[in-house]
Amino acid sequence: MPLIETPDGPIWKRRTTKEQFIRWFIWLIAIAIIAYAWKGISDKTIWFFVQDAPRQAADIGARMIPPKFSYMSRLWAPVWDTLNIATLGTVIALVIAVPVAFAAAHNTTPHPIVRTIAIFIIVSSRSVNSLIWALMLVFIFGPGVLAGTIAIGLRSVGFCAKLLYEGIEEIDHTQVEAIEATGATKAQQMLFGIVPQVLPTFAGIGVFRWDINIRESTILGLVGAGGIGLELSGSINTLAWTQVSMILLVILSTVIVSEWVSAKVRGAII
Amino acid sequence: MSVAEPDFPSSWKKPPFIKSPLLRWSIIIGSAIYLALAFGTMDVDWERAAEGLPRGKRFLAAFFPPNFSDNLGVMWDGIFESIWMAIISTVAGIALSIPIGLGAARNLAPKWVYLVCRSIIGGSRTFPEIILAIFAVKLFGFGPFAGFVALSIGTIGFYAKLLAEDIENINPTQAEAIKATGSSWPQWINYAIQPQVMPRMIGLSVYRLDINFRESAVVGIVGGGGIGATLNTAFERYEFDTAAAILLIIIGIVMALEYTSGYLRKWVQ
Repeated sequence: MPLIETPDGPIWKRRTTKEQFIRWFIWLIAIAIIAYAWKGISDKTIWFFVQDAPRQAADIGARMIPPKFSYMSRLWAPVWDTLNIATLGTVIALVIAVPVAFAAAHNTTPHPIVRTIAIFIIVSSRSVNSLIWALMLVFIFGPGVLAGTIAIGLRSVGFCAKLLYEGIEEIDHTQVEAIEATGATKAQQMLFGIVPQVLPTFAGIGVFRWDINIRESTILGLVGAGGIGLELSGSINTLAWTQVSMILLVILSTVIVSEWVSAKVRGAII
Repeated sequence: MSVAEPDFPSSWKKPPFIKSPLLRWSIIIGSAIYLALAFGTMDVDWERAAEGLPRGKRFLAAFFPPNFSDNLGVMWDGIFESIWMAIISTVAGIALSIPIGLGAARNLAPKWVYLVCRSIIGGSRTFPEIILAIFAVKLFGFGPFAGFVALSIGTIGFYAKLLAEDIENINPTQAEAIKATGSSWPQWINYAIQPQVMPRMIGLSVYRLDINFRESAVVGIVGGGGIGATLNTAFERYEFDTAAAILLIIIGIVMALEYTSGYLRKWVQ
């Protein structure tokens, strides 16, 4: 923070002239990139449709009101499916994530090569979105709940294993040493020294991911993987807008309820 | 002569994770009932699923070797479109998030502004980007503009919320010190609030750029442009080798972005 001497006395400035120039230069580059990126988008946009959008929005909005409440009787089954996709997917993910996490944590991994493989599993599961997993699994298992469940499971493995192995690496080593000093085998050390320490983390991760999975499983139906998304895409394709608004209301309340449950449970654990 | 029972316990059991036996057993029994119900009602065509294994093998076989060459031009188009979309939607989303985030911080804004901004955040957080994208496609037509709008709205929910929380957690003494100099409101924001939240916010914007790129890979499936559209077309034309190449490229870019964003965030903080 330089003081600049002027005939009228010192003036305080936030940055030196050099810093200021560097900042301007960075801004210049950033704005150039943004302008170029914007050009890339706008070249591929049909602006007539964009100008038309407010009218369309008003039109669709008007068609969506009031929501068709009688449609709810047909939505219970898809909601239940969505819930199952999220829950069973989370269970699958946790079952796979535990060995992967133990293989990936520095202090429990049997061998550096095993650790590399485990890290690779984590990264590749995290990089592919659940919708893309579902797209592929629908080709393999056919459309339905099964593809959705497995997609959610595969997608969540990376997330759960990553958080879990970070939890394992942060444990208190003195407890493990104490168990080791009693003459416990490796397996016993793990069971009595490490597992009790990471169990709360594990439960927290499970609930946290379950909450995210509820959100994700609402959309899997768009590619045919079951749940309420199937009804949503069906209603949109048949332009049944009152049904669409009803489904959106249902999704909204499901998400709010699951968020509330997850916050309560995590509050109780931690 | 019989051996007397020792006064101390000779066996030990691990204390259970959930202390109350009532709660423990009700959770165990409840989950058992739930699992039974879930599996009982799950409408799975097992015959079709059993076909899955050989199908999966053929599917995977069709993936190899990934074909990078045949549709190279289309692939590059899609990737650049995704990158542009991610950049623009991050910038636009953050630009919109700043006023909303300021308004949603309880220590800056009056109650009614706070409530309005919080409900904007809540609204944009509830629906996944894909659902936003479906509606954006309906309104703006197919193409990257729809994806851009959907991702920008998604960014607001994420960024404004974290910005507001960060502002609420600032050190109030610094803010008071600036206020005591007689600063105007913009000066106060610029000199008291902004320097305190800036490092974390830069990190978060890089993180959001990373998320927006990932999401831009899926908004294409519903017509929002980008690499997702290319991927979807490849699947629909059963060109699995091209699809494999696209997936590999997505994974590669996502991994590179994740490392860069992790590195940048460490460097900023």
